[in-house]
Amino acid sequence: MIKITNEIVEEHGINSEEYDFILKSLRREPTITELGIFSAMWSEHCSYKSSKYWLSQLPTKNEFVIQGPGENAGVIDIGDGYAAVFKMESHNHPSFIEPYQGAATGVGGILRDVFTMGARPVALLNAIRFGETSHKKTKHLLTGVVSGIGGYGNCMGIPTVGGEVEFNSSYNDNILVNAMCVGIAKKNKIFYSKASGVGNSVVYVGSKTGRDGIHGATMASAEFDENSEEKRPTVQVGDPFSEKLLLEACMELMKMDVIVAIQDMGAAGLTSSAVEMAGKGNLGIELDLDKVPCREEKMSAYEIMLSESQERMLMILEPDKENIAKEIFEKWELDFSVIGKLTDTNRLIINHQKEKKADIILDILEKGAPSYKRPYEINIFDDEDIKEDILINESPISILKKMISSPNLCSRKWVWEQYDHMVMTDTVLLPGGDSAIIRVHGTNKGLSVTSDSTPRYCASDPYEGGKQAVAEAWRNLISVGSLPIAITDCMNFGNPEKKEIMGQFAGVIKGMIEACNTLNFPVVSGNVSLYNETNGKGINPTPVIGGVGVVENLDIFSDQNLKRKDDFIIIIGKTTGHLTQSIYANELLNYKKGLPPKVNLEEELKNGLALRELINKRLIDTSHDISDGGLLIALTEMSMKNLIGFNINIEKDNLNSYLFGEDQARYVVAVEKNKVEDVRLLLSEKNVFFEEIGQTCKDKIIINNKQISILELKEIYENWFNNYLSKAS
Amino acid sequence: MKASIIVFPGSNCDRDIAVSIKKLTDLEPIMVWHKETSIPNSDLIVIPGGFTFGDYLRCGSIAANSPIMNDVIKKATNGLPTLGICNGFQILTESGLLPGTLIKNDCLSFLCKTVSIRVENNETNFSKKYKKNEIINIPIAHNEGNFFANEDTLKKIKDSNQIIFKYCNQNGEVNNETNPNGSIENIAGITNEQGNVLGMMPHPERATCEITKLSDGENLFKSISEFLL
Repeated sequence: MIKITNEIVEEHGINSEEYDFILKSLRREPTITELGIFSAMWSEHCSYKSSKYWLSQLPTKNEFVIQGPGENAGVIDIGDGYAAVFKMESHNHPSFIEPYQGAATGVGGILRDVFTMGARPVALLNAIRFGETSHKKTKHLLTGVVSGIGGYGNCMGIPTVGGEVEFNSSYNDNILVNAMCVGIAKKNKIFYSKASGVGNSVVYVGSKTGRDGIHGATMASAEFDENSEEKRPTVQVGDPFSEKLLLEACMELMKMDVIVAIQDMGAAGLTSSAVEMAGKGNLGIELDLDKVPCREEKMSAYEIMLSESQERMLMILEPDKENIAKEIFEKWELDFSVIGKLTDTNRLIINHQKEKKADIILDILEKGAPSYKRPYEINIFDDEDIKEDILINESPISILKKMISSPNLCSRKWVWEQYDHMVMTDTVLLPGGDSAIIRVHGTNKGLSVTSDSTPRYCASDPYEGGKQAVAEAWRNLISVGSLPIAITDCMNFGNPEKKEIMGQFAGVIKGMIEACNTLNFPVVSGNVSLYNETNGKGINPTPVIGGVGVVENLDIFSDQNLKRKDDFIIIIGKTTGHLTQSIYANELLNYKKGLPPKVNLEEELKNGLALRELINKRLIDTSHDISDGGLLIALTEMSMKNLIGFNINIEKDNLNSYLFGEDQARYVVAVEKNKVEDVRLLLSEKNVFFEEIGQTCKDKIIINNKQISILELKEIYENWFNNYLSKAS
Repeated sequence: MKASIIVFPGSNCDRDIAVSIKKLTDLEPIMVWHKETSIPNSDLIVIPGGFTFGDYLRCGSIAANSPIMNDVIKKATNGLPTLGICNGFQILTESGLLPGTLIKNDCLSFLCKTVSIRVENNETNFSKKYKKNEIINIPIAHNEGNFFANEDTLKKIKDSNQIIFKYCNQNGEVNNETNPNGSIENIAGITNEQGNVLGMMPHPERATCEITKLSDGENLFKSISEFLL
């Protein structure tokens, strides 16, 4: 027997009050296996102990929500008997240590969260954030993460259709890899994780258990220091081939009426799936670890319970139906083993090699888990404006050239061409726009999907930043003409034990609550990643919002590519030229002070719904939201695909602020000549502010009579990644 | 009439190709599991794209040794029309039904994009609905699509008119700049000497749907259908 010392307790990330509670509840010293189980279940990653208080305030319901947070993924009704199942999750720490495997297993994990609910995954998205481009690790991390994401999704045959890439020094030693998956299921065939039926079998399926990833959940909940690379052995290794087999085997089994409950073994492996499934059903669970298929010899109970080996699932089956399942898993050459049964004792009992290794009352693990309302302080930047002398007198075209060839605004093609974004042949709108659109197979209906966040806004004003992240995801779905339904969130923050970091979290959540409520855009699933710090310095607060919408009829949607010359260019929404916290101010002028643009949610709703109506009335087929980089960047992005540009005349004193400012609730649209009167009429009727600034033309971009060819811009826009990566560092 | 689609562990374009076959031909697609030892009576064999056995060894090499392959080889050698796409092309070269081999893309990364290819030979049962030198747009999605053959093999391939598709640009120019993966002579698809077995890296099944605005793959399926009628 291992004697539990203070050091061992501390190494398990359990503080002294928490340990006292364990001693009091058990009325004895825990075994090492029990300590490991407490450590995993009470880690920030599994218990949400610092964030629960705040997360519980988020709106989680609207008329479409079938299942909100608390399951493997959220579920919404998309009509015609179908449901969309989706979630986003972080894999930040593993990806920094081992970028390929870290990112790959991040994708693997989120796929399992979705297909465990009975949905076939139909789209993947990835929001990835790296340190500044000059940082010595950025190239290595970028190439590793991108090929890891591709390596897993491509092999699975699930298209990766969207996401974000950002470079910022706050991620220098703590990159972010957030993966989102969307699946489609029959509405009446959703599978849940709540166990039921005393005496039912607990069944292990998938790959074998090895020593990889032991204590991944605890690692993901600790800050990094110089020694963190020594943690490499705790990074899991992905096997997308096994996952593909697991997917097909589960899909085959789910067609039959066999599964009582199912959950993937993700963070904290067998521990969390067993505890959560039995806990949700108010039952007990008894496991015999000798039955767990192991890849390595002499694995201890501690190791088996905490392994984070990938591509595994836990199911509850009625004993007389075991054989049906067994046959299917054997066909796919996957392990299938009955490892225990459900009891009515509310206890988790672990037996291994004829010894009882753990005996814990489940309520202690679950309901007894710590929950902290940590002290917080919401700090916002001073409201300072950019002084005239910093606003250098540079021509818009010269600024435009610098901006579209900069790391944060250049084309992301280098990234998404490494992802199979067309497999399944339902990708209607490819990556590179505001949202991708995926057809619901065999129907004429589509799902719009997007992910977004603007961390520099959140750093400067968490509340406005939180509002903005939700509003921008909503706007992305609107601008393709879809009806935004719900979101998943991936909350990446620093150390919550610091009150200013907790303040960022609280502020962002408050902003999100307001935006979700006004836009009827609830949170149905999500993930929190805290302790994203290195050597005491936190990342920019990064709430990544994954949004899902519905396109009722795929004959009617809009994309961002200009299509014809002589279309009228109209800006929907008011432009004041808000520069502080814009990319232009932060990255070109190197002015990082001041507040982000405010989001007026009423305007947001009014402008967005008007645009959606215009698209649905077939008055507009070309639209783009105005976000990072402002109006001129949005228009330039719209010109690239078809080499159709624009000729605009702007008579403003603050021309560059007008062109590069980042006021919210705005879209730019191109309208055919014969439809423009109807568009004006509708916008006026709805009391929506709009400006007509020019017309489209071939091959060129003309701003107040100064011009540049699109091909010249396209060259620098599309080649940044190749140029960056081909340079020796 | 039936089309047998061979499904290996890791195949992932099996459904996509079945949809195209159903839509564009009179064939009924049936899925045949790799552990079967004989193919049911059919008029076409299809080996779909994917990552069979994870492609953890050389692409397609394990699948080429699956039980079903004995019958695939037998029937294809006897003249049954056989189509291999992407990983299916790799399996066909690994099994010896097609000459040459497919190695890692010269850009050293996976590449998914729509490319232009030129129809070099429209006198096969897979390509007769195209015009000779027609330029068509079809997506590719692969990591190992770089076709290679030694000099003798290449000469034989050319002498018997086995090159069906070459990578090009919108204007039909075939050169290094229009070569996405480093394939020798920009080769995107070849047949065997008899012309009844076609292997190609581009995915025609991804270009058969008006909604994705790509439909140039349709004529490949229509060619097969017309020949079989």
